[in-house]
Amino acid sequence: MATSEPTVDDLAPTLETNVAADEPPADAGEASEETVLHASDLTVYYGTEQALQPVTAALPEREVTAIIGPSGCGKSTFLRCINRMNDQIDGCRVEGKLRFYGKNIYDNDVDPVALRRKIGMVFQKPNPFPKSIYDNVAYGPRIQGCDDDLDATVESALRRAALWEEVSDRLDESALDLSGGQQQRLCIARAIAPDPGVILMDEPASALDPIATTKIEDLIEELAEEYTVVIVTHNMQQAARISDRTMVFLTGGELVEFDRTAKIFAEPEDQRVEDYITGKFG
Amino acid sequence: MSAETAEEQDLFEDVDLRGIKIRGWLFHAFCLVAALFGVVMLAMLILDVLWEALVGFAIGLDPITFLTSTAHRDPFSAGFIAAIVGSIWLMVFTVIFSMALGIGTAIYLEEYAPDNRVTRLIEANLTNLAGVPSVVYGLLALAVFVNAMRLGPVILAGAIALALLVVPIIIVASQEALRGVPDGMRQGSAAAGATQWQTIRQVVLPAAFPGIMTGTILALARAVGETAPLLMVGVVLESGLIPGDPFSRFAAMPTEIYYWAFRPVTEFHHLAAYGIIVLLTVMFSMIASAVYIRNRYERIR
Ligand SMILES: Nc1ncnc2c1ncn2[C@@H]1O[C@H](COP(=O)(O)OP(=O)(O)OP(=O)(O)O)[C@@H](O)[C@H]1O
Ligand SMILES: [Mg+2]
Repeated sequence: MATSEPTVDDLAPTLETNVAADEPPADAGEASEETVLHASDLTVYYGTEQALQPVTAALPEREVTAIIGPSGCGKSTFLRCINRMNDQIDGCRVEGKLRFYGKNIYDNDVDPVALRRKIGMVFQKPNPFPKSIYDNVAYGPRIQGCDDDLDATVESALRRAALWEEVSDRLDESALDLSGGQQQRLCIARAIAPDPGVILMDEPASALDPIATTKIEDLIEELAEEYTVVIVTHNMQQAARISDRTMVFLTGGELVEFDRTAKIFAEPEDQRVEDYITGKFG
Repeated sequence: MSAETAEEQDLFEDVDLRGIKIRGWLFHAFCLVAALFGVVMLAMLILDVLWEALVGFAIGLDPITFLTSTAHRDPFSAGFIAAIVGSIWLMVFTVIFSMALGIGTAIYLEEYAPDNRVTRLIEANLTNLAGVPSVVYGLLALAVFVNAMRLGPVILAGAIALALLVVPIIIVASQEALRGVPDGMRQGSAAAGATQWQTIRQVVLPAAFPGIMTGTILALARAVGETAPLLMVGVVLESGLIPGDPFSRFAAMPTEIYYWAFRPVTEFHHLAAYGIIVLLTVMFSMIASAVYIRNRYERIR
């Protein structure tokens, strides 16, 4: 069974060399050898409707990148491009390139299943499986066939997700009995258990109360020591608090500004961004 | 105090609820009667059968003989075991055929099939199939399996007829259960790097399992009691032989009951009542297990 599964090794090793050869990421300015994700003219259509104007950006390793912008501006669409979850949407078409360590993930030889083993995702609404807490966290490692010493993997993921203390004595109970905030942290544990390297989060705290939100924010900051995190948020303070860089999309699916978070919130280049951040618009 | 009461009465004087309340009460009463009707009918049916059986017992029909012997001219030596074993054989193969076909079709339609006109056509026709009279499935099995494929009037042919009958019901029930699995779970699994097969096997099927099983068992409970398709296929009305393999001719519980109920010798009517008790016991225990499964796993949905 293990041999027929797509392997993740196909992806990473082909890396950096392609970057220079193909199309130098000069326009983004910040691309360096620690660039994890590099979008060039990435465009998305739903049917005939264009949801994303060409996006060009380079996301550095081990940093938190926040994506902000008004509702319907394409934040989730961009995020779903990164692990090719858009493939599952009927009528969705992606153009342009998105390089993951130099390899364009939209090349024909990239298996999205393999890609998703390197890039984990946490959804807006907690979506635990109707299994035990343990089996939820063990899900990724199990399906990826790396299930030696599962107990240690599960414990470590739950610890990093700041959930271990609350559930260590009831790992075999159903995950559906947890509270909403616990479920979301469980989903984070599930996403990091297979050690994916990059974690995408789509408004992970929007359904949670302030205390649970704080826990998740602390968690994200810790995750950034090991992982590259890309997080969509509606909450400007949250973006300012936890992110190193911020992408601002505005209506029409246009990436208007992408810079260090401090710079975006202190002195944005674009007037529209300033208006949006100060609440005059959006 | 009295002044206050008077004031309150004044306050609601313009509100006249009498008419609407009577109508509400009448409707309530109608619904109650409708609900009781079914219960009363079932109770009467069971009481009637029990009474018939009791009379049979009183005139000396031995239930043990009934459960251990095969058909016999003399009602006091006649038994049901050939029909019981025949029905068990039928069920085993009906379960195998109908679950494989029904659940497979439902998974294909819900998880794999593209959302296009062909798929919608298939789905619409499935609903129609569920409404086809059972005798028609018997005719089909007779023409195709018994005659054209020369299977003969054997257990396998009967099981195919019953499976055809319940497959549409199982498909619709399983589709319902699969649709009840939130899409977020499928996405969560895909995002964890699962292949579609892994997602279906590890997440979707376990979550849909109670619904699928409940629907399937209820459909099979219906199949156990079906008479018409078996008559078409050529069931043995009263059998002296316990079938040993799926290629044997066979008797089945509902058809043997049907046959005995019309025999001129009245003792056989009481044997039919015994048979009905056995058949109802089997059906009720199947339904009870469906309810048990549903309650046991309800939390998951
Ligand atoms: N599955 C889909 N099919 C068709 N159009 C879609 C689909 N998903 C999104 N869109 C469209 O693409 C545009 C961007 O949607 P997207 O979900 O990316 O916005 P968003 O920035 O995440 O918004 P929100 O903050 O409300 O989550 C919207 O105009 C939306 O209508
Ligand atoms: Mg969104």
